[in-house]
Amino acid sequence: MVALLQLKKIRKEYSGVAVVRDINLELESGEAHVLFGENGAGKSVLISMIAGASRPSRGEIYFKGKRVNIWSVQDARRLGISAVFQEFSLIPQMTVEENLFLGAEITAAGLLRKSLLHAMAAELLASLDFDISPSRRVDTLTRAEQQMVEIAKAFRSDLSILILDEPTASLTQHETQRLLLLIEKLKKQGVGIIYITHRLAEIRQIGTRITVLRDGHYIDTVPAKTTDEKQLIKLMTGRSVEKIFPALPREIFETLLAVNSLTTKDGSVKEASLHVRRGEIVGLAGLIGSGKSEFAQACFGMRAWLKGSLVFKEKKIKFNSAGYVRIASMLRAGFLYLPSDRREEGLMMMRSVRENMSLAALKKKPFSNGVLLNKRAEVKKTKELAKKIRLSPPNIESAVELFSGGNQQKVMLARCLSQKYDLIVFDEPTVGVDVGTRIVIYEFICELCKQGSAIILISSDLPEILNLCHRAYVFYRGRIQSEHSGVAINETNILSSFFGKGALA
Amino acid sequence: MTEFSNEEEQKMPQHKNHTEFMGRKGFFLSLLQIFRSLLIRVGVLPFLVLACLLIFGILSDNFLTVRNLANVLRQSVYLVIVSLGQMLVLLTGGFDLSVGTIVAMSSVVGALSMTAAYAVIPEMLWLVILLGCFGGVAAGMLIGVVNGLGVAVFNVSPFMISLGMASVGFGIALYLTGGVPVYGMPVEFSDIFGFGVFYGIPVPVYFAAFITVILSFVLYRTSFGRYMYSVGGNIKAARLSGVSTKLTLFWTYVLCALLSSVAGVLLTARLDTGEANIGSKLPLESIAACVIAGVSLRGGVGRIESVVLGALFIGLVQNGMNLARIESYLQTVVLGLLLIFAVIADQIRLKYISSSRG
Ligand SMILES: Nc1ncnc2c1ncn2[C@@H]1O[C@H](COP(=O)(O)OP(=O)(O)OP(=O)(O)O)[C@@H](O)[C@H]1O
Ligand SMILES: [Mg+2]
Repeated sequence: MVALLQLKKIRKEYSGVAVVRDINLELESGEAHVLFGENGAGKSVLISMIAGASRPSRGEIYFKGKRVNIWSVQDARRLGISAVFQEFSLIPQMTVEENLFLGAEITAAGLLRKSLLHAMAAELLASLDFDISPSRRVDTLTRAEQQMVEIAKAFRSDLSILILDEPTASLTQHETQRLLLLIEKLKKQGVGIIYITHRLAEIRQIGTRITVLRDGHYIDTVPAKTTDEKQLIKLMTGRSVEKIFPALPREIFETLLAVNSLTTKDGSVKEASLHVRRGEIVGLAGLIGSGKSEFAQACFGMRAWLKGSLVFKEKKIKFNSAGYVRIASMLRAGFLYLPSDRREEGLMMMRSVRENMSLAALKKKPFSNGVLLNKRAEVKKTKELAKKIRLSPPNIESAVELFSGGNQQKVMLARCLSQKYDLIVFDEPTVGVDVGTRIVIYEFICELCKQGSAIILISSDLPEILNLCHRAYVFYRGRIQSEHSGVAINETNILSSFFGKGALA
Repeated sequence: MTEFSNEEEQKMPQHKNHTEFMGRKGFFLSLLQIFRSLLIRVGVLPFLVLACLLIFGILSDNFLTVRNLANVLRQSVYLVIVSLGQMLVLLTGGFDLSVGTIVAMSSVVGALSMTAAYAVIPEMLWLVILLGCFGGVAAGMLIGVVNGLGVAVFNVSPFMISLGMASVGFGIALYLTGGVPVYGMPVEFSDIFGFGVFYGIPVPVYFAAFITVILSFVLYRTSFGRYMYSVGGNIKAARLSGVSTKLTLFWTYVLCALLSSVAGVLLTARLDTGEANIGSKLPLESIAACVIAGVSLRGGVGRIESVVLGALFIGLVQNGMNLARIESYLQTVVLGLLLIFAVIADQIRLKYISSSRG
């Protein structure tokens, strides 16, 4: 039997540097072929050549045994190849339904059949069980919701190959499970799936074979069911790793942050009370839109308060007349929020890594004396940070947009290391980050904690909540549904509160 | 960018070796490679300057003389200063279409206040000149303050507020002068600030040089400078990093107005009159100078050295066209075309830099 898709010695160079080096790959119909590798290994570049978003520098592609040239996304689509890219291709000013059928509109006598398109969009979203209204504008959606639209877009036409580049990066357990079920269904229909993920659980669940890449090189292809985590990580990084999650620091001190019945103006959070102590990692879990991120955003000054009180470091924080806390004064007091959407809210894409890392600490030593910058100290410090987060390539003067997704994420996270903060909120810190780097991130979160900072960890990745938190709160429809600590943070407890059933009402 | 240019550098010798074996076709190919990597590294501007020197050097014998080039430098001073102001605003992702009006305002108010003071206290010459300059700069900055408030506090689009203020300011300047030039400033003002030469260099050039140095310092060495880049780079990220985006935006527009006003006062000294319509071409010319110099219209990218060169380039082209006796109407056409060409060339450059990603 011929393979559905075959790559022969595919190579891609950027300004003479090879980032994908002579890779051979075979995709059978009905299999989910997982691409696995560190950030910057070349996974996204590889699939962009299959999806027609870029052309190989060298090499051949065979589709059902026939040599093909895939030079544009349209070419790919004609072969039934559809892709969900890591960076979204939605048009923010248009509605969900307009985006879903962009380039595939249905017309009658030259006019758009709007009601039909609306119905089709609603049906498509419903079939995926994505709870989004088709008439909303894309720029009003959260990143996770945009991701769902992006996925839905790939499902709109007949498929022979579906490529998913970290589709679950900002989805929670629930949406992820829906997607994985759908993939199972497609596999049965004979569709070939190329799936990129850094989440090991997903690989186990749907993967057929795994191809591991490192530094643009092909390393190995192994069966998904029989290869264990340790083996995979060893293939990926070239060294063996003992465990992913570090031991949690034990010592916990005084209360740093105390929030009492916070209700936001937009209704995204209702009557939420919680506290965080120095030396503690507190997890916030819940579905998308459950209010877990919104809660932290309100505390940091990104959302307006309707009522409630906020005490940070034993000082009551005031709001302005519109109900906002002042971001600058929260930062000065030692409270940092790292957003989940690095492209929208986190990074200046066209500026250098150095400038991005130092931005929040520019007024402080060693970066400046308040007004005048100390460039040499800045270079030295950011080089240190780049090394600490294992930036690859470690070039701090390059624009952030030239790095792979995971490395961009690391650049943003490094902001919390550029000076000392008392409380750091990580909103989905490991979105799109490879396992090796995740270990690094977990380690430095624990280290920050040991040095006396408090951490709020907002995460859709359940293992993080289970293994990295002293305490965890589960949000449901804007309210805190339950609180768990220590051994009580387990899968059954947490998941049951996800849908509104839980201890605390 | 740097990352890739470094790689080009390392690659270069290899190409040279190759050419020996590859013959002519290979030679042209590697020429293209060199051109490409140069384009990536330095942008389009140096190529344009070279082309301009070559073309006008051939068209006119007087073009490439020291005297003429010095002349271009002196004439371009005003555009250089205004373009630097414009660049700051572009860095933050905005526009200032009122720079021309600011120049006009500062010219008219400066001249009016100077003549008025001269009539009252003719014996205190320096005080008169100081008062006049101060009046002019203050009037110009007032427009900048309104622009800044509009953009930073009331969230008006920079395009609209500066367009509106351009009309308001122009109207006021015309009203103040009744449409006729303002005469009667002390001759010393014009002698020193317009035509003065110090150690062989015209006085206005000192101003431009001083402003360039100070601005480089502010932009590259202070946190405020970095904040201007960050607001244009990603305003949300800047806000979450504790940058006071409102203050930054406000001061950027005020700074732009300050620079434009200084240019206006200097221009008044050169013309020896205050006039309401001296700045009408400046919005286009200053934006052109910036864009040709690689300042991104989306904000966040741009360097002072390039902008100075960009403004000089425009001066050079205008001078060359004058020498080559090209009609002034046609000159406007050329300027517009150059602007469009520069933008397209820059797009191509961007494409080279990130060879087709998604
Ligand atoms: N347009 C480009 N220009 C130059 N280099 C690029 C470009 N696109 C990608 N690269 C480089 O190619 C390498 C591979 O990038 P790629 O995006 O494929 O990584 P990845 O395996 O998808 O990583 P991640 O898991 O972080 O998404 C990286 O080192 C990246 O910097
Ligand atoms: Mg990727």
